[in-house]
Amino acid sequence: MSDLPLLKVNNLSKFYGSRIGCKDVSFELWPGEVLAIVGESGSGKTTLLNCLSTRLLPSTGSVTYRMRDETYRDLYHMNEAERRFLMRTDWGFVHQNPADGLRMSVSAGANVGERLMAVGDRNYGRIRQTAADWLSRVEIAEDRIDDQPRSFSGGMRQRLQIARNLVTSPRLVFMDEPTGGLDVSVQARLLDLLRGLVNDLGLAAIVVTHDLAVARLLSHRMMVMKDGHVIEQGLTDRVLDDPRERYTQLLVSSILQV
Amino acid sequence: MSELAAYNFAYLDEQTKRMIRRAILKAIAIPGYQVPFASREMPMPYGWGTGGVQVTASIIGPDDVLKVIDQGADDTTNAVSIRAFFQKVAEVAVTTHTGEATIIQTRHRIPEETLKEGQVLVYQVPIPEPLRFLEPRETETRKMHALEEYGLMHVKLYEDIARHGRIATTYAYPVKVHGRYVMDPSPTPKFDNPKMHRSEALQLFGAGREKRIYAVPPHTDVVSLDFEDHPFEIQTFDKPCALCGANHVYLDEIVLDDGGKRMFVCSDTDFCETRRAEGHTGEMLAPSQEAAE
Amino acid sequence: MATPLIVSEVSKSFIMHLRGSLVLPVVSNVSFSVASGECVVLGGPSGIGKSSILKMLYGNYGVDTGQILLDHDGRMVDIASSHPRLVLEVRRRTLGYVSQFLRTVPRVATLDVVAEPLISRGVSTEEAHERASDLLARLNLPKDLWQLPPATFSGGEQQRVNIARGFITDHTVLLLDEPTASLDAANRAVVVEMIGAKKEKGVGLLGIFHDEEVREAVADRILDVRQFSPRGVAA
Repeated sequence: MSDLPLLKVNNLSKFYGSRIGCKDVSFELWPGEVLAIVGESGSGKTTLLNCLSTRLLPSTGSVTYRMRDETYRDLYHMNEAERRFLMRTDWGFVHQNPADGLRMSVSAGANVGERLMAVGDRNYGRIRQTAADWLSRVEIAEDRIDDQPRSFSGGMRQRLQIARNLVTSPRLVFMDEPTGGLDVSVQARLLDLLRGLVNDLGLAAIVVTHDLAVARLLSHRMMVMKDGHVIEQGLTDRVLDDPRERYTQLLVSSILQV
Repeated sequence: MSELAAYNFAYLDEQTKRMIRRAILKAIAIPGYQVPFASREMPMPYGWGTGGVQVTASIIGPDDVLKVIDQGADDTTNAVSIRAFFQKVAEVAVTTHTGEATIIQTRHRIPEETLKEGQVLVYQVPIPEPLRFLEPRETETRKMHALEEYGLMHVKLYEDIARHGRIATTYAYPVKVHGRYVMDPSPTPKFDNPKMHRSEALQLFGAGREKRIYAVPPHTDVVSLDFEDHPFEIQTFDKPCALCGANHVYLDEIVLDDGGKRMFVCSDTDFCETRRAEGHTGEMLAPSQEAAE
Repeated sequence: MATPLIVSEVSKSFIMHLRGSLVLPVVSNVSFSVASGECVVLGGPSGIGKSSILKMLYGNYGVDTGQILLDHDGRMVDIASSHPRLVLEVRRRTLGYVSQFLRTVPRVATLDVVAEPLISRGVSTEEAHERASDLLARLNLPKDLWQLPPATFSGGEQQRVNIARGFITDHTVLLLDEPTASLDAANRAVVVEMIGAKKEKGVGLLGIFHDEEVREAVADRILDVRQFSPRGVAA
């Protein structure tokens, strides 16, 4: 328990004019820990995710990250080059819509290999082999390596996006509704795959979802957001089995039982 | 005076030339960086070399000797009209001999004869942004240049090898200039890429429609991008030039009849003519000489 | 004898916000301890709060007041007030839980389901699979099922997978929520034996057993939960 947090978030707020995006959010995330942020549309969960992942500038507060050299850096005091480098090496970002995270007009192999080339790998054979390995890890047949994601199904695209993000062995991955927009059966497969990868690689992840089943299966810890505020947080099992707040109880009681 | 009086020297007004010269100076100062400039309407359509013509017009003086080539040839429509244009609006001397020229405006080729100090090679560029076909957003490509994020360029080469088994890009082959900016050498064949490396001549690139100027100063490193296991290679030809017998030059294919006969000849017409004048002959010329005897 | 689990003055109620903020008291003033090598069985009628106590101990339910102290690597940890991260760490290394139902994960093979708690503690996959195989064999789960995900198994088969998963580790405290409910006599006897073995190793066990025979066989002490129930007291 002596290891240090990977990410420290302190009083993070984002205002859109006088409207609250998210307010006074503080938490710490440790290596290997999966945090789910749940809440309905407009609750501020995506705003929070974007503020954490440097895609959106917060109004106040700080986000510090433990770099690979063990120093803590405030993300918003880094220059853009450093932030972008972090984004494509030590971090991943899985978009809800795979088209936002993939290059749709280049092959699956190049989609996975791009990050390697971006960090200076100049050996074609090695890049291709690594890409092939990753495709099989995300259960895409190796003979699809030269096909464009346009020809892939939604589930395959999402798995490709995950491979593209994980190829540089990031330590932290952000996911925005990773299973949204997929058929239920495809969702289950993807969740299972994600769960396995997160465990095997010891990834820390922040997953935004409105689906409590996704949170239950993937996350260790959860935060419930409403109107930009974190209204309840704790161990995922605890929040789901013994919700305290009125809104959380409403959310939990709204799950369809099959 | 002649009808020239109606025009300023070299067609463009002095303010415009100063503006373009400032852009050129900036481009020389930051090798490979695309400098935006206020491209003017020229009395020719886009795609006919309006960028190159504006650069040439801004640097040309009364003492200059101009050569204009298109695909290596001095006698094609585009080359002839641009040459005539400057004869008319600047009354400069023109030549077809590479060695005599002080300014060479080109589309698609770098002359075979090694360029020397004091010469300026002006390229006509259609699309200056090497990242354009992979990343359509200009805001993003600018950022990528600024932050030296060039992984995407290798994605393009990767796709080539994945599809064709080798890097199939044969022209507009991306280069890294002075170890910093990735640059599109305009639609020249990759055969000419090595000639750009540490050339003694100043190389200027003008894109009229896209409103960009960039440059490679003399003696600057120009390295073609590649992979360790798929290194950069230039095209090779099986036979020498059919007219002058030259090896290791870029050849054009010329169809001779509708029976499938063809020959390969130097794309650089001046180079070929000079060699023939010096007495070199290729296979197509040899028999006719015998017949004359 | 060491006392790895101490529960002190724990109270718990549910506030049902969706039903006019109705307050449902569950238990109050729960105090007991479990020594190592001891099996304590929670007694009392259904609905009295036995499962709730196990869930509070495991961290699935929060508590209103009181402490739940566990000896975690020689350090006393209060589950009731600990950071989720510490609770997860305690679950990984100190506190095991065998629930009534298996929460299955699609597509994961039975052998891997059982071996997972060991692997997450850093045991090699090979050794973990070996120990998982031993346990599954002992619980008479047919070998041809081991490579299948347990989602489609019968209730009894799932329960045996669940027991194997719960018993595979060397947790020093084990919570058992009716682990024998849907087992036949032969397998019940195996579980009784396994509980005996845990006791010999000095594990502290706290369980709910409705089957009287099993309860007699394993219990060192029966703790009547009625004494903690607001309703039980009233009754």
